[in-house]
Amino acid sequence: MRNFKSVFDTYNWDKTLESIFVKTEHDVLRALGNSKHDLEDFKALISPAAKPYLEQMAQLSRQLTKKRFGNTIQMYSPMYLSNECQNICTYCGFSMTNKIPRRTLTDAEILKEVAYIKSKGYDHILLVTGEANKIVGVDYINNALQLIRSQFANITIEVQPLLQDEYELLIESGLYAVLVYQETYHRDEYKKHHPKGKKSNFDFRLDTPDRLGKAGIHKIGLGTLFGLEDWRADSFFTALHLKYLQKTYWKTKYSISFPRLRPHSGGLEPKVEMTDPDLVQLICAFRLLDEDVELSISTRESEIFRNNIVNLGITSISAESKTNPGGYAVAPESLEQFEISDERPTEEITEMLKAQGLDVVWKDWSNNWG
Amino acid sequence: MLQIADKKFSSRLFTGTGKFSSSSLMKEALLASESELVTVALKRVDVEDTQDDILRHLQHERINLLPNTSGVRTAKEAVFAAQLSREALETNWVKLEIHPDPKYLLPDPLETLNAAEELVKLGFVVMPYIHADPVLCKRLEEVGVQSVMPLGAPIGSNKGLKTQDFLEIIIDQSNVPVIVDAGIGAPSHAAFAMELGADAVLVNTAIAVSQHPVEMAKAFKMAVTAGRMAYEAKLAPVVHKKAEASSPLTSFLN
Ligand code: SF4
Repeated sequence: MRNFKSVFDTYNWDKTLESIFVKTEHDVLRALGNSKHDLEDFKALISPAAKPYLEQMAQLSRQLTKKRFGNTIQMYSPMYLSNECQNICTYCGFSMTNKIPRRTLTDAEILKEVAYIKSKGYDHILLVTGEANKIVGVDYINNALQLIRSQFANITIEVQPLLQDEYELLIESGLYAVLVYQETYHRDEYKKHHPKGKKSNFDFRLDTPDRLGKAGIHKIGLGTLFGLEDWRADSFFTALHLKYLQKTYWKTKYSISFPRLRPHSGGLEPKVEMTDPDLVQLICAFRLLDEDVELSISTRESEIFRNNIVNLGITSISAESKTNPGGYAVAPESLEQFEISDERPTEEITEMLKAQGLDVVWKDWSNNWG
Repeated sequence: MLQIADKKFSSRLFTGTGKFSSSSLMKEALLASESELVTVALKRVDVEDTQDDILRHLQHERINLLPNTSGVRTAKEAVFAAQLSREALETNWVKLEIHPDPKYLLPDPLETLNAAEELVKLGFVVMPYIHADPVLCKRLEEVGVQSVMPLGAPIGSNKGLKTQDFLEIIIDQSNVPVIVDAGIGAPSHAAFAMELGADAVLVNTAIAVSQHPVEMAKAFKMAVTAGRMAYEAKLAPVVHKKAEASSPLTSFLN
């Protein structure tokens, strides 16, 4: 059976990048005028030539988002279950070589964290772990799902890539969605940033959404970590991946996230800077490419940025996030994976959203449906 | 070039053989159309007889036969008909048509899906004729059909692409060639289908019952070529958005 790798392998990074940079104003105007957008239009929309058209892109993106999603925004809360990790990732505070205290939540601690998150109103939760198969392998994740499934309408995980039958097991236990970011689609750079551990296997990671699709997951989240490599080429490959998956696993929903490299205890400086206007351009380009894809923004971004981006195409947002296991109620002072930027409490965020005329949605799925 | 299963086609115009006033006129029109895939109703030919009038007129090196199961009402009948045609016509290609309804000849989605699955297992190249139903198209793709043939409008109606919105979704999502079948009544309809990104069109009535079938076949040939060319060259957008001076949404970036 076809997989994304066979599509991806027909592309060359440098040529792809060049094909984005040669896009002209004419290409951008054509893309803006089209009612539907293909990957060539997407390239034009993320190209430097589109910079002067950011406002028009934002207007269109807002219109399309409102048409498809209405005046709503989905709330979710991340919950870190463990900071154990056997990988070396140059950009992450949990990297194996970082001498930090390691912690994995027990059942009782998970429930304590959940109680806090529930008290804030959240019904959609994102469970996060590092990659340490012996400590936080499938059994641990499965146990956590079963422990909390009755309390949430929608459970998403962001953990190590798993095998198809492992995903099938977790779906049985109430898993709704999986986020798996490629970090970068640049093979050699990927290797540099993931020198050791299972994560250094580029192809295994690339193949993960295919395994998820075959397992019949409801939703797959894609993305790259901006700062590792050229954001334009990485975003093009994300779009290519998205389009391939939508055609192949057509019953699955998709979301895109836009994490930018944030300070952490390892301290990697971004190789390629992605500015605020760049990120706005990209978010709008994704919306123009696809009216239905969910676009998510986390608390990595600043207050002012988040206040404005919620009206330009974003459909889901987190608030008050802690990126350390037990960060909400169990061990608030333990070490974070990365520093968050928007530290406002949930109530303040929801007020901000309501003031902008948005309906804050806490529940948009029912776990009882299986 | 369009590829379906192991065959390559330089013409994206597929034609039918019904409703012509004579078999010789049919042949002349089909040759003028330069069509390389011609569908023939099993119910109309005597498969035992190689000298059957229709079959005899279709013997030409450029013409590939696509037997259709028109007339069957169930999956079981369709599978039987396909097996019969494979033996008699020595082709494992089949246009799967199941319409239990004799008035509008609307395809039965459930029987079609069942028959398609069975026929794929039996080694057929299956090209199902269906309503312009995007979900059904994906389900058929999953059972292994080699193309899908959604209708543009009720068969024989010549009304054009009444199902345009759904055809667009099908074209957008499909991993197999999409051939717009039924409803195409004028070369402009065919060109439009090609501009939308259809891989091919199938035209029968519009050619067969026109005043001058041979001329009309040529007109369709040109329309399909033009439409495809336009699709590949990418149509100019309808509206150009010009830069606006004020930036209410993005001023926060300054
Ligand atoms: S990014 Fe994930 S896999 Fe890499 S070190 Fe951090 S937690 Fe481990």
